[in-house]
Amino acid sequence: MTVTFLILAALTIIGASAAMGLRNLIHCVLALTLGFVGLAMLYLELGAQFVGFTQILVYVGAVAILSVFAIMMTRSAGPHAEPALSASWIIGLVVAGATFAVLAWAILSSGITAPATEAPDVSVKQIGDALMHSYAVPLEIMGLLLTAALIGAVIIAMPQEKTP
Amino acid sequence: MSPLTSYLLLSAMIFSIGLAGALSRRNAILVLSGIELMLNAANLNFIAFWRYGPNPAALTGIMFTIFSISIAAAEAAVGLGIILAVYRHTRNTDLDQMNSMKG
Amino acid sequence: MSAQTVDQIFVLIKAWLMGHVPIAFQPIASAILSVAPVLVVFPLLFAITTVLERKGLGRMQNRYGPNRVGPYGFLQPMADGIKSLTKEDIIPRSADAVVHFLAPLLLVLASFLAYAVLPIGRNMVITDLNAGVLFFFAIGSMVELAVFMAGWSSRSKYSLLGAMRAVAQMISYEIPLVLSAIVVIMATGTLSTVAIVDKQAVYTHGVAHWFLFTPWGFVGFILFMIAATAESNRSPFDLPEGESEIIAGYYIEYSGFKFALFFLGEYLGMFATSGLAITLFLGGWSAPVSFLTWIPSYIWFFLKLLVFIFVFIWVRGTFPRLRMDQLMGLAWKFMLPMTLLNVFDVGIWHLMPHGILRWIVCTAVLILPAMLLSRTLNRKQKLQTRTYRYAD
Repeated sequence: MTVTFLILAALTIIGASAAMGLRNLIHCVLALTLGFVGLAMLYLELGAQFVGFTQILVYVGAVAILSVFAIMMTRSAGPHAEPALSASWIIGLVVAGATFAVLAWAILSSGITAPATEAPDVSVKQIGDALMHSYAVPLEIMGLLLTAALIGAVIIAMPQEKTP
Repeated sequence: MSPLTSYLLLSAMIFSIGLAGALSRRNAILVLSGIELMLNAANLNFIAFWRYGPNPAALTGIMFTIFSISIAAAEAAVGLGIILAVYRHTRNTDLDQMNSMKG
Repeated sequence: MSAQTVDQIFVLIKAWLMGHVPIAFQPIASAILSVAPVLVVFPLLFAITTVLERKGLGRMQNRYGPNRVGPYGFLQPMADGIKSLTKEDIIPRSADAVVHFLAPLLLVLASFLAYAVLPIGRNMVITDLNAGVLFFFAIGSMVELAVFMAGWSSRSKYSLLGAMRAVAQMISYEIPLVLSAIVVIMATGTLSTVAIVDKQAVYTHGVAHWFLFTPWGFVGFILFMIAATAESNRSPFDLPEGESEIIAGYYIEYSGFKFALFFLGEYLGMFATSGLAITLFLGGWSAPVSFLTWIPSYIWFFLKLLVFIFVFIWVRGTFPRLRMDQLMGLAWKFMLPMTLLNVFDVGIWHLMPHGILRWIVCTAVLILPAMLLSRTLNRKQKLQTRTYRYAD
């Protein structure tokens, strides 16, 4: 529980809570981006450099921009008359609270301890070697999945020609 | 409390916040953001276990996280495409009003 | 003073200063001493570039540039600085105050962070990250978010339109940018900028091993520079911010110092991507020929950077602006296939034996598809017939 961890954890939790709680949708996405940056810094704190920078590149640079574009295109960006929360929001909060309670009880009562090891020095070359040797099949499947997602997203979001 | 426990608790908290948002908000895009938060919490779990686990040299945690980030990005793209298509059809993104399969 | 000492003079000064710092403050002092020169030199370069650009553009357009303030107008940045600091800071009433304030800060922050992995001289890099190039691109992608924040928070139709166009342009050109850099990463096998420069600083027959001197490196360099021009919204890709099109786009509603911060961020981004191009393709701080290695390494870096700045200004003064659909068509239909072909090409280069055949094959693989692609894309498009709507 170092000071760095506490600051980054506070940043992430504030970002996540604001993302789920604010009324203005663009503010929600910006707070979500803050949460993502906090998580990226936590990955850097844990010594996973490649994953931290990939998180910033993918989430902040692509997913957040995509969400913002979607908000703009569905005109959800202005002030709204309808309430922000769903009709069944109490059940949602109760379920989330119960989930957290169960998870926290499981973590704290398991007595799991971390061995006092040095942070492993992972070079990008090792990640590349692993991707090409041990994880070659998942890599190819990922390529297939990303291609399918690309084609699928373009087709779904394409404006359909009006049939005469 | 060992560092691993603190990371796991943080991950659980982010997961529950994402779950609360996904279950309570009305707008479809925010539900998708909640799902993204949940995926991120799982990634944090993976990296924490990689760092403090028995065999960090096997890079399993990092590999899982890289694949998870890619899949989450693809899923966000497709999900937002679906939301756009539904918006074009029904002219609103309110999930409470999308309760009929007709039309 | 030997050439070695002059080359390493900043490293030696820093080591001497660190000797005077107590042990407890060593990490902080080392970080500050590494970062402070970058924070001083690059804004100074920005100031010089503003006046160079205005005078350069003026001369290309057959007029004088600014020539009132100081000898030949070279103290113009001081006048600009005083003006931007003393102007009233107007915020529109319906603007989103928090986001409006944070957008220029995020832009300048992201632009400054990118300098952390550029090797400015031998042993002169702020931090030698293992995933340096990935860090650079990750930080560069934060600029798009700042641009969107600026445009949206101003609550004005022009700024929103400009921001949407700018973000669409930037995300479209990010893919060719990264793919052109992948070529160099494939050739060197490392993401660390210091290692990439070290691989290029070897000399055979007196000529350095710059990646610019290979077919895939040359094409990669050209594609990278086109994408870098588009990423920093420079002419001819400055539709989102052109004065005659959209009255300065996403930073219309900013005045005074925040406007100056936007300019600073844009120019710093330009310098940073030029710096990365120099590191990846032009050998960083190394000399092109081995009998010129007595010139210090940082002088070489800044010479190359000045050449890049001149080329940017030259291109701005020469080419007309691209329309939005032409811009996007260029990114997705031309540059993306060319960068993928380039990646294929560097694979062929790596696997073929050394010799003249390798050069011929690799050049042919790049030139022929480029000609075919540009011919098919430039075929006359059947546009819709124009309909005019009159005001009656």
